[in-house]
Amino acid sequence: MAMSLTMEAEKRLGSFQLSLSLTSGSRRLGILGPSGCGKSLTLKLLAGVQTPDRGRIELDGRTLYDSAGKVDLPPRQRRVGYLFQNYALFPAMTVAQNLAAGLHCPRAERQRRVARLAEQFQLTGLEDRHPGRLSGGQQQRVALARMMAAEPEAILLDEPFSAMDVILREELQGQMRAFLTDYPGLAVMVSHSLEELYHFCDTLAVLDGGKLLACGPTEAVFRHPEQIRVARLTGCRNILPARPAQGQSLYLPGWDVTLRTAWPVNARVTAVGLRAPALRPAGESGGENVLAGRPGACVSTPFQTRLELLPPGPGTEPVWWESLPDDREAGNAGRLFVPPEAVLPLREEG
Amino acid sequence: MGAVLDYLGGLDWSPLWITLQTALAATFLSFFLGLWAARRVVAAGPRVKAVLDGLLTLPMVLPPTAAGFFLLLIFSLRRPFGSFLYEQLGIRVVQTWLGCVIAATVIAFPLMYRNARAALEQVDVNLVYAARTLGMGEAELFWRVVVPTAGPGVASGTVLTFARAMGEYGATSMLAGNIAGKTGTISQRIAMVIQNGDYLTAGVWVAVVFVIAFAVILAMNLISSRGMGHVERW
Repeated sequence: MAMSLTMEAEKRLGSFQLSLSLTSGSRRLGILGPSGCGKSLTLKLLAGVQTPDRGRIELDGRTLYDSAGKVDLPPRQRRVGYLFQNYALFPAMTVAQNLAAGLHCPRAERQRRVARLAEQFQLTGLEDRHPGRLSGGQQQRVALARMMAAEPEAILLDEPFSAMDVILREELQGQMRAFLTDYPGLAVMVSHSLEELYHFCDTLAVLDGGKLLACGPTEAVFRHPEQIRVARLTGCRNILPARPAQGQSLYLPGWDVTLRTAWPVNARVTAVGLRAPALRPAGESGGENVLAGRPGACVSTPFQTRLELLPPGPGTEPVWWESLPDDREAGNAGRLFVPPEAVLPLREEG
Repeated sequence: MGAVLDYLGGLDWSPLWITLQTALAATFLSFFLGLWAARRVVAAGPRVKAVLDGLLTLPMVLPPTAAGFFLLLIFSLRRPFGSFLYEQLGIRVVQTWLGCVIAATVIAFPLMYRNARAALEQVDVNLVYAARTLGMGEAELFWRVVVPTAGPGVASGTVLTFARAMGEYGATSMLAGNIAGKTGTISQRIAMVIQNGDYLTAGVWVAVVFVIAFAVILAMNLISSRGMGHVERW
């Protein structure tokens, strides 16, 4: 079941310029980008609480905003719900009053619907509490329930799991997963966390400095980012200068090695990305797609060890790879095999 | 004891009613005007904001007699606006109870405005955005979301406004005068009887003011604290 979204918007805020053009048919859209790239602003433009300088926003055939046609629906007519990062629960109201805030119907009907929402979102018993007396998980459920009370056609989730400890995050992610499974409308999630976006969204838009760098199926954007900046934002740690070579390969000047790639190479390619998790120690004998260097630093984390392979000569960056913590031999590895699918040809933006 | 009661019974109690009515009317007007002005200023651009804020705070900063001077300039029957009011609408401000209310409101208004503005500026803008996306209209979200959230600031502004309006002297005496039974407020009565050397009556009035002011402020605080159950103690 598709839900089409077309968004073209330009907005200047001080020295920051947002300029994007995005079309998506999927029901689960993710927006990835570093802090300050304009992700939250994009959501605010969609919701109508801020207005673009120019542009057009169409959701499922309805025009929400069109600077040419002078359409600018106020937020209350857009049927777009917004889940704020800090939930924005009304502190002077009880949970029940917060839930009722989006309802504009007679009192009896309102009470009935609040009771049903409380049941759906496991809030029974909390109706008379104030938001300040709720736990993080309870607050998120109230915020979700309040948003859904207005029966929105699209919901915007602004960094729903930022700034919280691991246990709470897992609880809330589980809650969100269950909630999103049943939601038939469009859900747009903004995050700087790769895992969350990979998990929740089937289409991914990558934003940086107010510009849309890429937009496509999440899996594809991760597996083949195509642009240097997108590769960096999707977590590729090793990005090295490279140029096209014979037979769908890339030559790395710093390492003096030619690596075969599974991806198409064209003349615009100026760098290569090597996904750290795909690198593994090669045998002693030769072979194609092997990086030869010297073992360097080791960084231990509880769940993996990150290892550095230093290049044979100066003037170029090392390559980082990963192994399990109890692999004692890893620190001695001087040769790494790179599978062709993990050799990513990259070009500059555009 | 009987002498005391006789004495109290013989006092002219009109200043009490005039002062209470004036203070309540002035507080009522300042509450709505102050909130409205604060809302306008918060939404204004930086330069307009600075100018407006200066003008709206001015009556509090000026000596009350200077404020009284400006009020006379506006409302005196010999001046254009004052004579227009009297001749076309039959409204007289100078030396009437209306003058008491206007003087007290003008002086006390900046207290409500400043407190309301500070309180509104501290409200999380996401609350306003959330209310809008939930379908609330601007007036509804202002009274049901913003003002309750700004509760402590608005409440303190109201209390201070009442206290200031009750104690107004300088502008009142210039605009409304001290006409017994019509515009004679408690402050003016105290000043008058002290000038005549009657410290006893002055003392009685001071005690009355003390009790009333404290009682009203206590009541306001108790009422508003019921609506502030969400505010934490620290």
